[in-house]
This record gives sequence, C-alpha cells and structure tokens, in this order.
Amino acid sequence: MNEVKTFRLDGVDIEFSEGDTIMDAALRAGAYIPHLCHNPEFTPHGSCRVCIVEVNGGQVSACTQPAAAGLEVDNASDAIVEERRNLLQMLFVEGNHMCPGCEKSGACQLQAVAYYTGMLSPHYTHFFPQRSVDASHPDTAIDFNRCILCELCVRASRDVDHKNVFSLRGRGIDTQLTINSPSGKLGDSTFAATDKAAHVCPVGAILPKHRGYEQPIGNRLYDRQPISVVGDVAAYEPGNKGDGHD
Amino acid sequence: MTDKIRVATASLCGCFGCHMSLLDIDERIIDLVQLVEFDRSPINDIKKVGDCDIGIIEGGVANAENVEVLLEFRKHCKVLVALGACAINGGIPAMRNSFELRECLEEAYIDGIGVANPQIPNDVEIPLLLNKVHPIHEVVKVDHFLPGCPPSGDTIWTFLTELIEGKPISFPYEQIHYD
Repeated sequence: MNEVKTFRLDGVDIEFSEGDTIMDAALRAGAYIPHLCHNPEFTPHGSCRVCIVEVNGGQVSACTQPAAAGLEVDNASDAIVEERRNLLQMLFVEGNHMCPGCEKSGACQLQAVAYYTGMLSPHYTHFFPQRSVDASHPDTAIDFNRCILCELCVRASRDVDHKNVFSLRGRGIDTQLTINSPSGKLGDSTFAATDKAAHVCPVGAILPKHRGYEQPIGNRLYDRQPISVVGDVAAYEPGNKGDGHD
Repeated sequence: MTDKIRVATASLCGCFGCHMSLLDIDERIIDLVQLVEFDRSPINDIKKVGDCDIGIIEGGVANAENVEVLLEFRKHCKVLVALGACAINGGIPAMRNSFELRECLEEAYIDGIGVANPQIPNDVEIPLLLNKVHPIHEVVKVDHFLPGCPPSGDTIWTFLTELIEGKPISFPYEQIHYD
C-alpha cells in the first residue's frame, strides 16, 4: 500500500511526493509561499531568500528544502513576514527601482511580493548605484538598474536556450549581471526575443521593446488581486498557462 | 474650533500630484474639515508651520530649502507622514542620482536644445541643489508611509480617517501601489 506522505504548512496538511521540495508541494497544493528567484521550470536556486520558512525551529529556503513527512512549516508568522519584508526592502534600496517610470510596474513580481508582505517603505538608506541601460538589441532592452540577480535569465539561457548569454560577475555587493558578447552589449550577443531567457525576468530588467504600457493602470496583472491569487508573472508569458490574460 | 486636529502639508521635490490626490477625496473634504484645521499648506498659502498634530510631506529632498522645511515639519508635527513615491524613495526626481549634478545642470542650461544665453542659474534666491535627491526618511524620522504616484484619494482618505479615529492603519489591497 502506497501511503500518502504529508507535512504541515501553517497548520494545513500538504501532500508531497518523493523528491519534492517544500515549494514544489506547496505550489501543487495551491498554497502560496512568496518567492522571486524560483520558477518551477528551473532548478531551484535558493538565492533571493524571500521564500524562507521556519521548519522545526530553523530557517530554510522553501525552494531548496526537501519535503519530509511530519515537518511543521511556518510560512506566515510575524517574524517570517518581517524578515521577508526586510529582504525585499534591501532589494529595493540596492537597485534603482523607480516604479512610476517602469514599464513592468503593475506586472512586476518584486512589487507584487512587496505588496503581499505589506511593505510601505524601503526603510533602509538607498544606494542609488550607477548602473546602465542596454538598448543595443532591436527587440529587447536591458535595464540593469532593476536587476535583482535572481539568475533566471542565466538559467534559461544556459539550460533551455543553450546559449549562455548571461552570467553574473563580481562578488558580494559588487555582483552584476553581465552579457556574453564581444562588446558586452546584448545587440552583439546571440540573444533573440524568442529565447526562453527573454520571458523569465520577474522584474523590469529584461523588457520587450515596442509594447510598453500595453495594459492600462487598473488592468495590469497585480492591480486588483494579490500574487497569492494571481501567481507568478512568468506564467503569463506567451506559451505558458496564463497566456492571454487581459 | 481649537479642539480640531491641526494638519500641515508641504510639497518638497514633488509635482504636487499628491496634493491633487488629496483634493481627489472630493466631497469628503467637507467631512474632513469638520475634523481638521489646516496649518501651513499650499491649499491655504500659509507660509510658516506652527505646532501641528499631523504633518504630510509630498516629494523628496533635493535642495537646501527642502531640508529646512522638512526639519521644521519634524520639529512642529507630532506625526509625520511621507506621502507618495518621491517622499518615500526619491521617485522620478531621484533618477537624476544616476548622473553627476553638474551633468544635469549642463544638460538643462548649457547643452540643452534651444537654450538661449546658456548659463547655470546662480542667484542667491535659488535654493542650492543637493548632490543627490533623498527620500525624507533619510533626513528625519517618519511615522507613516503612503506609497503611490500619487496615492489615490481613496488611499489618503482611508489613512486619514484611520489615523484620526485612532485605528490601526491598514489598507485594502487595491489601495497600495508603488506607481
């Protein structure tokens, strides 16, 4: 007899299969654990730490922690939500996230997760780093001001497109996204707008050209309902499950 | 009259959009003035802030005068509120932080298209610009933050009524946006 294995997430039993992470099982059960660098199509990364949960008294990232029978997982305690909010505030002040001037605003996962955690201010001192915009590619623009180093484009370009267009360079606070081309410009790389890497950015760092502000305010992905209901923005990219939303 | 809650407002480095949004509470402003009296505000043109219960700041800190006004508000207001994106993170004006101040001035007053008699303004009447635009919480302690560009009239109304009634501040999902 094949016994169903479960763990408890905020007091609710969640079924899981062998090899599942806490995140895999939660997503399948429709339970929302906030996340940015995780996309179920790619190998978990565990780097943004937004999906931290408390498991048996310790903190782990839900996207990398294997599910195990009988775990008590706390995803919604005041302490966890506070810590997530702090992480998000640090992401906001490390980059230049000027939402009113960003095409992705309203369908941005960083914003949506911040709304979900009740972030009303960045709290910390802004870095205002000097970063560039790369508009050299005919179909896609890159605004490094908004990159949160989730490496989803790195993973997509390497694992799906087999092009290795993106990688990270530098260490710690100096880490930056870099483009694999002779000039370092996207226009000189093998990148194409049809690449998977063009459709995984959770923020407004990699943006398609020629279709800015298509959705009026009030109609955008996260305008009326929270990300816990709507889901990840990447799922609404062409060819994915939510394609065709209005 | 004297038991009314005193409210002061100011626009620092903003566009007055947040003040327009305050007026967007429409006829509810009649209910509001039953409860509050306005101290210094662009709405009544009073120039100096007196002792107040609530100070509402739109805009970030971009020049010496902004710093002075903000410090005066903090000194005189029991509760200080950052209203809108610019007060909270510098907003659109903070996009100049990606450039040197000199570059910005040269682009506007020397090299700009159609500039006649190019010179960087240097009158003593003009407040000196800071090197960078700052959110107000980097200069003074801020008690409440209302994001939005601008926050909607409904968001401002929710906040003011909750604050005045002494309730915990919370908003419906649709009322909080960073843009």
